[in-house]
Amino acid sequence: MSVHPGRAAQRSRTVELGMPTVASDPHRHLRGTESFPAAAHKALADTQLRRNLGHATRTIRAKRAGVVSEVDDWEELRRAGEAIKADTMARLPELLVELESQVTARGGVVHWARDAEEANRIVVDLVRGTGADEVVKVKSMATQETGLNEALEGAGIAALETDLAELIVQLSHDRPSHFLVPAIHRNRAEIREIFLREMPDVDPSLTDEPRRLAMAARAHLRRKFLAAKVGISGVNFAVADTGTISVVESEGNGRMCLTLPETLITVMGVEKLVPTWADLEVFLQLLPRSSTGERMNPYTSTWTGVTPGDGPQAFHLVLLDNGRSNVLADRDGRQALHCIRCSACLNVCPVYERTGGHAYGSIYPGPIGAVLSPQLTGIDGPDDVNASLPYASSLCGACFDACPVRIDIPNLLVQQRAAAVDAHTRPTGQDVAMQAAAIAMTTPGRFKLAERALGVGRVLAGRKGRITSLPWPASGWTNARDLPAPPAETFRQWWARTHGGD
Amino acid sequence: MDVAREEVLARLRSARDAGAPPTPVVVPRKYRPAGRYAPGSAQAVARLDETLTDYRATVTRVGSEADVAAAVAAFLGSASGIVVPPGLPAEWLAGFVGEVHRDTPPLTVDALDHLDAVVTGAAVAIADTGTFVLDSGSPDQGRRVITLVPDHHVCVIRAADVVCSVPEAIARLDPTRPLTFVSGPSATSDIELDRVEGVHGPRRLDVVLVGALTRS
Ligand code: SF4
Repeated sequence: MSVHPGRAAQRSRTVELGMPTVASDPHRHLRGTESFPAAAHKALADTQLRRNLGHATRTIRAKRAGVVSEVDDWEELRRAGEAIKADTMARLPELLVELESQVTARGGVVHWARDAEEANRIVVDLVRGTGADEVVKVKSMATQETGLNEALEGAGIAALETDLAELIVQLSHDRPSHFLVPAIHRNRAEIREIFLREMPDVDPSLTDEPRRLAMAARAHLRRKFLAAKVGISGVNFAVADTGTISVVESEGNGRMCLTLPETLITVMGVEKLVPTWADLEVFLQLLPRSSTGERMNPYTSTWTGVTPGDGPQAFHLVLLDNGRSNVLADRDGRQALHCIRCSACLNVCPVYERTGGHAYGSIYPGPIGAVLSPQLTGIDGPDDVNASLPYASSLCGACFDACPVRIDIPNLLVQQRAAAVDAHTRPTGQDVAMQAAAIAMTTPGRFKLAERALGVGRVLAGRKGRITSLPWPASGWTNARDLPAPPAETFRQWWARTHGGD
Repeated sequence: MDVAREEVLARLRSARDAGAPPTPVVVPRKYRPAGRYAPGSAQAVARLDETLTDYRATVTRVGSEADVAAAVAAFLGSASGIVVPPGLPAEWLAGFVGEVHRDTPPLTVDALDHLDAVVTGAAVAIADTGTFVLDSGSPDQGRRVITLVPDHHVCVIRAADVVCSVPEAIARLDPTRPLTFVSGPSATSDIELDRVEGVHGPRRLDVVLVGALTRS
């Protein structure tokens, strides 16, 4: 893989007009404070965390497998989903203009934001314009990425997260660790303690029964919903040919935020687009079964612009670049923009299951986060913590098999390792931790075997540079398709050679 | 000129070209456009009964429109006040003795918060997934808020509106109307990934399925 056209320009932070550009990250939501291995090492020592994650991911894996096996055209749906997204990326600017004209024609107002600060500024100004000092929010990765809550707070506006897991994260001043269940690292007893401590009018006899906990959240938010003046949402799918926006959810907090306020502000990454209304027939099958392991999630809302007499009478759609153009500029890497945030790849990943989401630093964790975050931010140099993310994987291939839009994550990880080596950005600052964590990261024997197998793979690949079969454990992955020959040396081998010992 | 708009579009155009795939993308639509059973068939309605029940909706099957009123009244039980959309057939409520508020002129959110239940029709239902879709532009479904604030929703679905698959449902819907896809009562999986019913939306969901009764 060649180094990105946009990346070279970016490293110096001088931005050429019209050039694909990396993300701004004013609140460090796309980069952690330490490398993945260092953070993983700490997470691995937290046995409660590992137990919570193990339980939750085991549950969801079984549910997903059950509902996916009911669908006899699942592979055909995956292939359609993959191609619809590839087609969308190939026509992204045109489709966005089409979306804009449809939304505008139906009474919505479209705003464009180059980066996180610009998106936050637009939203803060819109909220100020309404006179509201409080907003209700339904879970949105895009506004987590931009740090909108911090920006609103800075402007004296309280942002209330209404998704149960987001609320848990917000009340405990924590960071999300999963797309779908941002508080997956918390068990019921911990959630009870957080509610007792942080909810002003909670019933002190609250138990840790999940039903009681859900009821406490209902009571806490009900008045806020009914009085809300401004709602803020993200997007699951925006439909270019009709201007329709959809939000997929479970609890009904989304419906509350999308229906009750007078003003609705929706922030979407430019990649959350599909060309036609009919395309939803694919994604509304793929997403719920892959994400919560349900045939369908309890509620999906769709709306187009403003509907007189029903729901918000002012609708603003903010289209966010923030690094996506940089990802789009890479022929292979742009696959990361196909992600529909179902979190299946997190749930099946042996590394994620052991380290949890926080170790990745970015709000995009897990296998997809490991390829998306470094592409969004670019790599600033050898000490950039995001340079270590492509190594946060044993390359077992489970993520590809689970991905409803067939993103070839293992392949992208290998390419980004190669890119990091090419660009001389191998992480060197935090090396001691790297070795320790890499050993503990997954079953040690298996991790080493996989890495060694990749070295062997290079020999097998021969002159054509493609590998068609590998010894276990990589075999489960190559059975499905070819992979490109990895760089001559894996990170671990490189490490051993340059630092002596294994 | 909107500088941000021009800049984002310029970046995306150069990125689109820099990373363009070697050949144009063709979308393979080899998945099934229609379900196993014909729309409105006894099998489709029976499957819908199963999938709705699986996600904790309570279902009553009736043979014809004439039987809807009794089923609705049984679900509403001792409810004292309910809201209905402007065009809900009056016959459906003939067995209910409590107060009926038609949402015309539109009720306030506070008024809705004091009502016990809502009764609506549905635009289409999907047997494979246990879903029905509310079209807020439809006279028997009404504004989105009326099916959101009351804690109990009774939905009447006609066999003719039951399809098997998601693609069949999407094809029947009008995307320019606000739509709500409902699959079971409000729920969360946020605590240890177990599904728990009843958060912000209606905690109780009852469905009357009309017609296409299987021979028994
Ligand atoms: S990469 Fe695929 S599996 Fe992972 S969250 Fe995105 S869509 Fe789901």
